[in-house]
Order: sequence, then C-alpha cells, then structure tokens
Amino acid sequence: MLADRAHREGFFVFEQGMEMKLTRRQLLRNTAAFGAFASTGFPHIWIKNADLASAAAGEIKVGVLFSLTGTTAIIEESLNKATLLAIEEINAAGGIKGMKIVPVVEDPASDPATFADKARKLVVGDKCVSVFGSYTSASRKAVLPVFERQNNLYWYPTLYEGRECSKNVIYTGAVPNQQQDEFIPWLINKFGKKFYLIGSNYIYPKEENNYCKKLLQKHGGEVVAEEYVPLGHSEFSSVINKFKSTQPNVIFSTVVGDSVVALHRQYHAAGLDPEKMPMASLTTSENEIAAMGGEAAAGHFTSAPYFMVFQSPENEKFVAAYKKRWGADKVTHFVSEACYFQIHLFKQAVEKLAVSDITPPNIRDAVKGQETLAPQGKVRIEPENLHTWLWPKIAQAQSDGQFKILVQAKNWLKPLPYAAYPGQVCSEKGLVVQN
Amino acid sequence: MDQFIQQFLTGLSIGSILLLVAIGLSIIYGAMGIINLAHGEFVMLGAYAAWFLQVQFGMGLLTSLVPIFLLVAAFGWLIERFVLSFLNNRPLDTILATWGVGIMLQQAVRLTAGGELRYVKMPEALSNSTDILGVQISLYRVFLLVASLVLFAATWLLMNRTTVGMKLRAIIQDRSVAASFGVNARRIYGLTFAYGAGLAGLAGALVSPLKSVSPEMGTGYVIDAFMVVVLGGVQSLVGTVASAFILGELSGVIAFLQNDTVAKAIVLLAIVVLIRFRPQGMFATRVRA
Repeated sequence: MLADRAHREGFFVFEQGMEMKLTRRQLLRNTAAFGAFASTGFPHIWIKNADLASAAAGEIKVGVLFSLTGTTAIIEESLNKATLLAIEEINAAGGIKGMKIVPVVEDPASDPATFADKARKLVVGDKCVSVFGSYTSASRKAVLPVFERQNNLYWYPTLYEGRECSKNVIYTGAVPNQQQDEFIPWLINKFGKKFYLIGSNYIYPKEENNYCKKLLQKHGGEVVAEEYVPLGHSEFSSVINKFKSTQPNVIFSTVVGDSVVALHRQYHAAGLDPEKMPMASLTTSENEIAAMGGEAAAGHFTSAPYFMVFQSPENEKFVAAYKKRWGADKVTHFVSEACYFQIHLFKQAVEKLAVSDITPPNIRDAVKGQETLAPQGKVRIEPENLHTWLWPKIAQAQSDGQFKILVQAKNWLKPLPYAAYPGQVCSEKGLVVQN
Repeated sequence: MDQFIQQFLTGLSIGSILLLVAIGLSIIYGAMGIINLAHGEFVMLGAYAAWFLQVQFGMGLLTSLVPIFLLVAAFGWLIERFVLSFLNNRPLDTILATWGVGIMLQQAVRLTAGGELRYVKMPEALSNSTDILGVQISLYRVFLLVASLVLFAATWLLMNRTTVGMKLRAIIQDRSVAASFGVNARRIYGLTFAYGAGLAGLAGALVSPLKSVSPEMGTGYVIDAFMVVVLGGVQSLVGTVASAFILGELSGVIAFLQNDTVAKAIVLLAIVVLIRFRPQGMFATRVRA
C-alpha cells in the first residue's frame, strides 16, 4: 500500500494525491481559522475605552503590557496582577486628583515582536500616557524604539543587566551593582573563593557574570567555570557532574524561568549539599521556590531588594492586599513588588502636574527624584539615569518555601547601570563616554 | 574511571527520560502514521494530573500512576474518536488538528489550573541518592531508568504477544485486507492512540518531580521525542530504545566536555546528517508491501 509505505519512509512524506486533496481554498480556510485563533487568544481582563481618548475626560489611560500567554506568562501573570492591584487601590482611594486610572491591558504573548505591536497600539491608538510592562530584556529592547520615537514613557519593573540609558524608560528593578556589590564579598567570606558561573544563554546572565567576574577579581575570588545552558533547558545532569568534578565553593546562578526549578530539583536529587556548595542566585524568588518545593530550595541564597517575609508595615499591607485580591496561595516577589510601587511613583508624578500638562515627557521630568515608601523600604528615582535607589538584601531559602533575610543593607544603594563599564556613565543628557 | 562511570550513568538517565517520552509517540506515529503534535500536551496533562491528584486527594506519585495512565488514555481515545478518525489518510490535516488540540489543551490548563509553575512531590523513599559502582546517583533517576525499561517491555509484549497487537500489526501492513478478515480497524486505532496517549501521560507524571510543570512544558518534549523516533526508525520499538540511549549518551558527553548549548546543536546536526543518508532511520523494519 502506498499510504503505508509513505508512513514508513520518512517524516513528511505524504500520500500520492495529497496535493490534489489540499485545495487552495481549504488551505486558506485552515490558515485563516488558525490565524484568528492564534492572534485572539483567550479573553482576559479586558478594559476597552476606545471612545475616551484623552486624560481630559476625567480619566488617565495607562497601558499594562505583560504576557498572559506563552512561555513567560508563568511569571508575567503575577506582574499583571500586582500592577492591577495598585491601580485598583489608587482608584478606590479617589484616583489621582479625582481622575481614575484606566488600565488598558494587552497580552503580548511572550513574543518580542508582538510586544512592539501592542506597545504601538497602546501609545498611538489608545494614547496612553505611560505603559507598565515587560519581564524579559528581549521584550524591553523590542519596545524601546516605539517609546523613543513617540516620546512616551515605559515603566520596567524587572531586575536587569544594566547597560541601558534611555530617556523613555523608568527602571524600577535592580541593576547588577545593587544585587552583587554586597553579595559577592559576603559569599567569598563565608564559603570560599572558587565560583562556578552558570546561566541561561542570553544577554542578562552574560552581563551579570561580566560584573561578577570584575568583583571576583577585586575581592580575590576565582572562576572555575563559566557556562550557559539554552533557555528552557531542563536536563542538568551533566552540569551537576561538572559541579562534582570542579568542586566550587559557590555556584553563582543566573539561570532563569522553569530551568531554575529543574536545576534545583536535580541538584537536590543528586545529593549535593547546599552547606558545602550553595547556589547563589539573582533570579530565584518565592515564585520559583513554590514550584520547586521547599526541600529543593532550602539552604541556597538569593540577593534582591525585596523578599516576601520582609517586615515593614508597607509590606504587610501589600502582601495582605495581594492575597485578598488574587488568592491566599499566591506569593509576592521582588519583581511584583516593583510593579506595585512603580504605580505609586507614577501617581505621585502625575499629582505634581496640572491636568493639561499630563504628557509622557512631563511625567518623566516630574518623577525624577520622587520617593515613595515601598514594601522594601523607601525608594527613589535617580534623576540622572531614571533607575531606582533600592535596598539590597541577602536571604537564604528555607524549607517552608520562604526566605530568611540574613543581611540587610544599612543604606539604600544608588543604581549604576554602567558599573561594569568604567568610563561610561548614564547622565541626564544621555550616555557619556569618558576616555 | 569514576568520572567515566558517572558520565555513562548520566547518559543512561537522560536516555531513559527520552525513551519515556518517545515510546508513546513511537507507537502512534509508527502504527498509525499520525504525526501527533499534541504529544507534548499529553505529557503535560500527565504532569498536571499528578499535581492535581496530589493537591486534591493527597495521593503520592506512585499510587497515582495508574489513574493518570487511565485518565490521559481516555482523553486520547476521545481525541482519536471525535477528531482524528474523521481525518484518516489526510496527514496534513491531522498535523494541523493535533497542533490545534495541543494549543487548546495548553490554554485550557492555563485557564483552569493557572499559569504558574506547579510542584509535584518526589516520592519520599526515592528522594535520596545512592552509590552505584562508586559513584553517587539520584535514586529517582535509577527508578526512571527501570520504569522506562518496564514500559518498553510492556509495550513490546502488547505489540507482539497479544491479539490486539497482532491485529494492529495486521492493520499496519494492510488496512483493507485486515478489515476483510474481520479486524475492526477503527476500534484498534482508537485503542492504540489511547495507549500512546496514556504512555505520554505516564511520562509527564514520572518526569515532573525532576523538572518543572507548566502549561508549555510539552513543547520541548515533543521535539526530543520526534528526534528519537525519527533517528530510531519509524515502526521500530527497538530502534526507539537504541536511539533514545544513543542520544542520551551523546548529549550527556558533549554537555560534559563542552556545554548544553553545543550539545544540542551537535546532536541535531548529527541527526540531520544521518537522516540525509539513511532516511528510514537506524532500525527500519522491513515489511512486505
């Protein structure tokens, strides 16, 4: 039988007469149906306000651009939730000068090109005065041209690799110096100087490791290996064999996403001991720990400005409100916290402006130097580079799925997005290169 | 020497996971000629079933394996009965249909179970590591190796030593002649697809304690599984086993010497070259046609 032979002989070999059966109309119908399906996705929180175009109508429109579908939806869903929570709280308390914040939620589906399309739609079509969004650096880089060309304002809540100096982005996450300056010497002191650098294979881990290597040099540490695994990688047994053969004192991990979970679980199953060879991470949060289980996370370290257990009245309020709004089993983490407080910074900036002056460049100028009491402590937007002064903390994961904070910075730390590049400074006029 | 044994065991372990995921696909692709792009989602459903049974009924992973197999198999049967059986001999439509089913499953899980990563507990007794030939290896990985071989043996026996298997092999050779001998091809196809789906579900449940559970987890597995099946040779169960372990050892060793990114590229390149010169795969079964 022809058909059976076709099946046996290869992957994409179809029966004779196949071309005949698939008429053009059929093909069109199939692709059209599929296309419609793929682009619509599923209904989600959808607030449409096409008929109210400007802030003058007693409303301030802002875009919310976090993936609700696709690979990074896992984490971005929580960012969307924290953002909406803050907006709802402000609206419930009377809004900004009596005007309600109206969030226009778009789903960029974890795809950088879609991020750019949706950003354009929010800025040009919906005339939003600011957009809050992005988790990955790839998606931020993709929307950057849109905001620079339209002179609009993007608020980016994620810790990231630095080395960016846009006048159209407010960065409320940590940059390398805020996560590592205290962390690396502390690790060397406590565990030893041999570091194994492992990360996912893209720009963020490479830049973080770049800075880490500088700090290691400065503090007398050494790199026994530097390695990158593909994004989404889930098989770490060979990597673990290399841990065993090189015997580092610290495994410095910038592995992201679901790979973090696989790495921890396999490390735990292989019987390695966090007391002798702990993983020190910049990306492992409560969110990842919930997925890997406390027993696989326990004993490892993370450096970040915020942990869910941090004790402050603001944080207690934030955690309680988040759980009440989105479910008692939900966790807050260092990116969702930034999503939450950046809305409050936005509110403060808009409050300083007259209603007719509410435009993105004015909001940017007004937010410079703004301070707010965030769950992590008082934060401030640095006027020079639009990054944020934050409170570095070092914490150890516990078997109950929460962290225990071991070190808290005595002072907030200035953001230095070009810390790894001596001679380059991000200033109010843009990037300055000194020779 | 230690390092050699360590690396060899690692390769076996990677291979066993590949085999677990690929067996179900191998059955469906080999026996029915269906390129099942929803295979990864069946794997994902198995993992979510494990999570659900654990959270809702407090069932351990080992006790929930049978219900998971039955659940995902039943689901596979429904898909075959109400979608794929209408698309007989239309491979392109089948690909699109299974792809669509896969996307719907992903979104359905996202809407019902939520988008966050889920946690499946490793059985207490298997969560330690053990010494084999002087090297430490995770007990759970040993268990996965045994499980994959048991599933393979069961599948082989089912195909070659039971009436259902015989009927299936008859249909593979010639559906119309088999039908004229009284074999109910539709029923057998339904059962085969259900069995393949059930195996995928088991694979998902079994790997979930070592990896992460998310709505998109299947995407990576389906690619790996296709590589194994294509390299091993369609319709050859033995080929699937051999190619799973060859790929496991190969990617393990290259990842150890270089890194995982390089390993992935070289393994894919090797498969492409091999398929170029041996399109039928390493172990093609000869069947009179």
